[in-house]
Amino acid sequence: MLSISTLTRSYMVKNNVFTRRTFIAGAAALLATFNTRAASALTGSEAESLVVQAVNDINRIIASGKSENAMLRDFERVFASYADVPTVALSALGPAGRSASNGEKRAYIGAFQDYFTRKYGRRFREFVGGEITVNGSRKTKSFYEVNSIARLRGSSPFRVVWLVSDRSGKPQIFNIIIEGVNTLTSERVEIGAMLDRRGGDIGRLTADLKNAG
Amino acid sequence: MWKTLHYQRALISAGLLILVSACSPAPIETAVNDPQEAKNRGTHQFNRDLDSLVVRPTATAYGTIVPGPVRTGVSNFASNLNLPGMVLNDLLQLRIEDAGANTFRFLLNSTFGIAGILDIATDAGLEERSTDFGETLHVWGVEEGVYAELPIVGPSTERHAFGRVVDTILNPLNFVIENPERSAVAATGIAARFGDRYRFSDFIDSVLYESEDSYAQARLLYLQNRRAQLRGGADAEYFDPYEELYGEE
Repeated sequence: MLSISTLTRSYMVKNNVFTRRTFIAGAAALLATFNTRAASALTGSEAESLVVQAVNDINRIIASGKSENAMLRDFERVFASYADVPTVALSALGPAGRSASNGEKRAYIGAFQDYFTRKYGRRFREFVGGEITVNGSRKTKSFYEVNSIARLRGSSPFRVVWLVSDRSGKPQIFNIIIEGVNTLTSERVEIGAMLDRRGGDIGRLTADLKNAG
Repeated sequence: MWKTLHYQRALISAGLLILVSACSPAPIETAVNDPQEAKNRGTHQFNRDLDSLVVRPTATAYGTIVPGPVRTGVSNFASNLNLPGMVLNDLLQLRIEDAGANTFRFLLNSTFGIAGILDIATDAGLEERSTDFGETLHVWGVEEGVYAELPIVGPSTERHAFGRVVDTILNPLNFVIENPERSAVAATGIAARFGDRYRFSDFIDSVLYESEDSYAQARLLYLQNRRAQLRGGADAEYFDPYEELYGEE
């Protein structure tokens, strides 16, 4: 049976982590991405503690009992500091990004952040009462996979893998895989479909992303 | 006579054991194999229409009228009845530990969980180890086959679709429960699906109605999730966007 429930649960967690809007921070991160290639070596325990910190921040926001809008803004801040959104955005754009100008890319990344925040931020409430336990990491290629188990109210526990890299200049999360469902790949298909339907026009994609999600 | 039957059974079991241990699982695919995309997209459109016209409104009504605890009970009851079939598949896959866990779970929930209405096994840390005949075929070395979106059922592959048919026929409950109970059981199964549709409404809506290409999105989600399930706890390969975007370190 296709576990729609599993997929859904997956999304709930995702929502809570990738929530942010601040464009300035994004642009700064973008610069960092291009400038600092030779980052210091990341260790497994650093990658794990980054994920633990992110999870703790999320739990704290949920426990704060603020209004939904206020929580969303807080999630955006968490998202801004823990996730390498420019890399997620450019990776989702795929080969089309290569021919784009720097200005086009910047505008696109900003719009992508808005879209991403709205899309994954809306359902963060479903995470209330949930718990994520980090249980180890593994180095692959140039990054770390941090393994965790998520337990949400009324659902069987499920596996969440966080991919952490420091190639942006500091340790950041660039992908979350929940029971096999890969955020980056999903966004790649989504942005790819949007771009195709706009004749490969990044300007139109950027404009429409502001209202999508 | 009885002795002969017993002997035959033992022989069949032994034969099966040799057969299963002799074959190795099929490789887990990574690509999308969808040669019948045009036809599948047609079915997807049908499923989407069915959802927006029938399933979604019914699920909303079910979720609004029936209180949460009752829905959970219905869902638990239906899940519990899937366990005997799962145990059968666990055995066919020679996953004895899973078979034991699912059996124990079934016994616990069917008795102390009041016919499965309460999922006390999960609370006790004994979670369901979900499986099906599609997975059994995978363990036996049968390949995934092409992608297929099925009417009503949704995303599938050839192997998974065939497995569903076998699961329906081989469900041990078929031999235990007769009508009208069987219809009642089927009804709770359907109610549980509506419950899922209601519970995960935001997510399902976002895939079906807010995605630019809901067909491609559903296909990807299904394949990734299904393959992860078949992989069990084994590590997967993830692509490196940094290498792709900025080259080797």
